Amino acid sequence: MSRETTPQGSAQAAGPEWGRLDSRLLLVHLAVLVAPVVMFLVDLAIAGKTNLQILIALGSLFVTFLVISGIGLMRLFTTRYRVTESFVDLHSGLFFRSRRSIPIERIRSVDLTANPLHRLFGLTTLSISTGEQSSSSAHRLALEGIGKADAVELRRQIIERRDAGRGIVGAVEDNGPIGELDWSWLRYGPLSVWGVGGVLIAAASVYRTLHEMKVDPLKWGVVKDLEDRFGSLPLWYGILVALAVLVVLGIAGSTATFIESWYGYRLTREDGGMFRVRRGLLVTRSVSLEERRLRGVELVEPIPLRWAGAAKLNAVASGLGNLEDNRKRRMLTPPVPRAEARRVAAEVLGVDPSFTIRAGLTRHPRAALRRRINRALIWAVLIAAVPVGLGLWLGPGLVRAGWITGLVLVPILVAFAFNAYRTLGHGMRGRYLLTSSGTFAHRTVALQREGIIGWKITRTPFQRRAGLFTLGATTAAGEGVYKIHDVTEAQGIAFAEEAVPQLLLPFLERAPRSAERG
Amino acid sequence: MEEDVRLRPPRHRVSSRAVGWWTLQSALFAVPLPLTFGILWASIPPTREIFMWLTLASLLPGLLYAAVMPSWRYRVHRWEVTDEAVYAASGWLWQQWRVVPLSRVQTVDTLRGPLQQMFKLSGVTVTTASASGAVKIKGIDHQLADDLVAHLARFTQATPEDAT
Repeated sequence: MSRETTPQGSAQAAGPEWGRLDSRLLLVHLAVLVAPVVMFLVDLAIAGKTNLQILIALGSLFVTFLVISGIGLMRLFTTRYRVTESFVDLHSGLFFRSRRSIPIERIRSVDLTANPLHRLFGLTTLSISTGEQSSSSAHRLALEGIGKADAVELRRQIIERRDAGRGIVGAVEDNGPIGELDWSWLRYGPLSVWGVGGVLIAAASVYRTLHEMKVDPLKWGVVKDLEDRFGSLPLWYGILVALAVLVVLGIAGSTATFIESWYGYRLTREDGGMFRVRRGLLVTRSVSLEERRLRGVELVEPIPLRWAGAAKLNAVASGLGNLEDNRKRRMLTPPVPRAEARRVAAEVLGVDPSFTIRAGLTRHPRAALRRRINRALIWAVLIAAVPVGLGLWLGPGLVRAGWITGLVLVPILVAFAFNAYRTLGHGMRGRYLLTSSGTFAHRTVALQREGIIGWKITRTPFQRRAGLFTLGATTAAGEGVYKIHDVTEAQGIAFAEEAVPQLLLPFLERAPRSAERG
Repeated sequence: MEEDVRLRPPRHRVSSRAVGWWTLQSALFAVPLPLTFGILWASIPPTREIFMWLTLASLLPGLLYAAVMPSWRYRVHRWEVTDEAVYAASGWLWQQWRVVPLSRVQTVDTLRGPLQQMFKLSGVTVTTASASGAVKIKGIDHQLADDLVAHLARFTQATPEDAT
């Protein structure tokens, strides 16, 4: 870490010219100040008069924004950057002067993002990451608000120099993008589970904001009118209508989210062994991923998507930041048809499209099925026990409801158990270890065997009784550990030895043949 | 294909003083609640009945935990360091066995909490580039722990890769 911020020697003073942030940033900051003023005018227009409370609220907002713009302007005038042969230098700050130089060879990714306001003025943010897993802020350097053309040029320069330093001389021939947005995928947008929740959150925050501004939507004429007309209808009808409205809004919301996140999606292979994902309508995101940091892929099929024959593809890579950053940046495709996800996986890994198909993987022992059925039954009993327990206290109606819930749940959950068992599988395909599992979301992971940096074997009391264990392959990439659930000891050991030869060997022993289980 | 090969436990047990450490730890964890109930039971006569049952109900699981967990852990917790790898087992009901090749080790540190110090014990933490947590060997003699760290440090310096 200390190597990264080397003191700036005077020997480097005579380098290339310093670049500055774009002066259009000035306009951006002024535009930010307009917001509270506009809110004030809107409020005045709606309410017809103003009061002290609103004045104070908006006034303090104005002052806050003024301070923020002040800081932003200071940054605009004090920030300087340049790219030398082997360093990216960044000087900034007036009171706290910071001077950082990052060795180009240690740069793992250069991303361009632009928030809506910046885009309005043709600006963009360039962030450089050296991709240590720890404390992401210390390892990310961001130039907020440089001209778009400058940013693209700077990015090209940095990557070119880095690759030259590594002896990679560019030019992968351009075969066009690996993946590109197909608007027919929009049909998967509504299948995101977040839609309905998003509507509730949005409604609540809008209501709160209006409430703060002393506008009560329940007192509007339109709402009053609705209330008069439908207020006398029975409760169940109201609930049904509310649910329908919620679902419709949820679908609209998740479709809008899909469009916002995936508009202009392109996955390309770039010079110097990089993959680049570009996407986004209001906030454009661009994530660059070094091919040698890519340790595999993860094919995810959560339930609504799976029923529609769709899947998402994630990268399993190191250098995407800590766990949280990694989860935000690892997406390689939006929800797409399963075959498309498999094709992209195959192209990214340089293998056959059938690579991520589950068929052909080694099945797990029957004992794994028994564990899943037991778990399903326990859940059914627990869920049914809630109304039964309340019923014993409150009355027999709930007891009956409890029994019915239990009887309905048992076949459904057992079906899920069988499905989860059929999903279990593991195997070795070329340089990759494959593992697949999952109940509500099926996950198939391909992990490079060289990327495995240890084993983590876990056993619950129930697994010990059934003679099973869960074998986890630990890795620097992605989630840190990828598990092969419920294999027999012999199966697991043989597999681990095949994946990383010699590692477990010194710790094995021959046991007298015991009664065969599972 | 069905050879009867299995993973053997790591060679070394942790220090036998660890049983004392775990017992003290579980006692500190289990005593406060029944103690509070016990005091209430003794000091507020009208609520005798309720607090008697609460005291017993909170005391029994605690006692059971303090009686069973330490010796069970002592049977499970084991460790071994070869020239190639660190191998450690931990847990009691839920058990965890971990193997990490020395070439992938990034840092090795020791940690001694106040309770461990009372028993002259030490814990060694071996981290790798994986976010899934480090290999921890807890409750070994502190002299042994220092030697172990020195040994591991020598090996990890000898491997120049960036260990990811």
